[in-house]
Amino acid sequence: MTEIPAGFTMPDFGPRVAAPTTTGTTDSQFVPTVPPPGPRKMAFICSKGNLDMAYPALIMGNAALGEGCEVHIFFTFWGLDIINKKLNHKLQFTLTGNTAMHMPQLGRLRPGLEYRSMPQQLGGLPGMTAFATRMMKQQMADLEIPDVPAFLDLLAAAGAHFYACKLTFDMMKMIEADLHDATVGVISAADFIEISEGAQIVFI
Amino acid sequence: MPTNTVKGHTFEVNDEGFFINRDQWSEELAVELAALIDVELDEAHWAPIRFMRQDSARTGVTPTLRRLQTVGGFDVKELYRLYPGKPVKKMAWLAGLPKPVGCV
Repeated sequence: MTEIPAGFTMPDFGPRVAAPTTTGTTDSQFVPTVPPPGPRKMAFICSKGNLDMAYPALIMGNAALGEGCEVHIFFTFWGLDIINKKLNHKLQFTLTGNTAMHMPQLGRLRPGLEYRSMPQQLGGLPGMTAFATRMMKQQMADLEIPDVPAFLDLLAAAGAHFYACKLTFDMMKMIEADLHDATVGVISAADFIEISEGAQIVFI
Repeated sequence: MPTNTVKGHTFEVNDEGFFINRDQWSEELAVELAALIDVELDEAHWAPIRFMRQDSARTGVTPTLRRLQTVGGFDVKELYRLYPGKPVKKMAWLAGLPKPVGCV
């Protein structure tokens, strides 16, 4: 292992894995007093199936993987749609019930309008959900953020573990063939609690 | 701003340790830096680093892992294998570039 020179300022790449030291002693009974710290562990629970609620776990999970964390994602209730291959390319976004919905484009019509939330009734108009979904997908694509299926592939390649909630799976009468290929299994809530031991849990 | 010296190479970094000036980078320096994070640079390791330098020379920003996949055509799984832990940060550092700021 090459020594880091004195006074060297270096980014935090996490703990270095020490190479086995051969100091001459052949004492195989050596037991380290402090166990080496494993990677930081994060678990996400995805419970919502709206398009805008799919992204938080995908983005944070991806960031966590890039920082060397172990990542587990449990998909439950409506969130199960995110790993359902028949559904996850057509998740939708609705204005209804979202009072934070405002459009930056409206500022061009009249300054200040971009900060006004959209009237709730608008969300109920036919075609409005499809329109809002299209718009959000476009905004995401403009920022080079992958769509949901591609994002799952990216996470899987980076080593994320996906789990489907057994209760929801049974309730929705799903079949395993519909789940994303990287899904580790259909597990119970208790299984997830076991798997996420020591993890920081984020519920979405 | 701190200045780092390793085996006769001197370069300026920000408080976190990332390069400020990409012109203070050289392939020989990258080899020395790689040794500090226990990476031995072979052709597979060099390919993404070269891509990052070329890409950032064009765009002005350090490419993200997603860009390495979509534009560079690299396999994400392979990049995690080559640079375990924090792949994109390690590669950006070895390429003499600032820390990547993109979220995805």
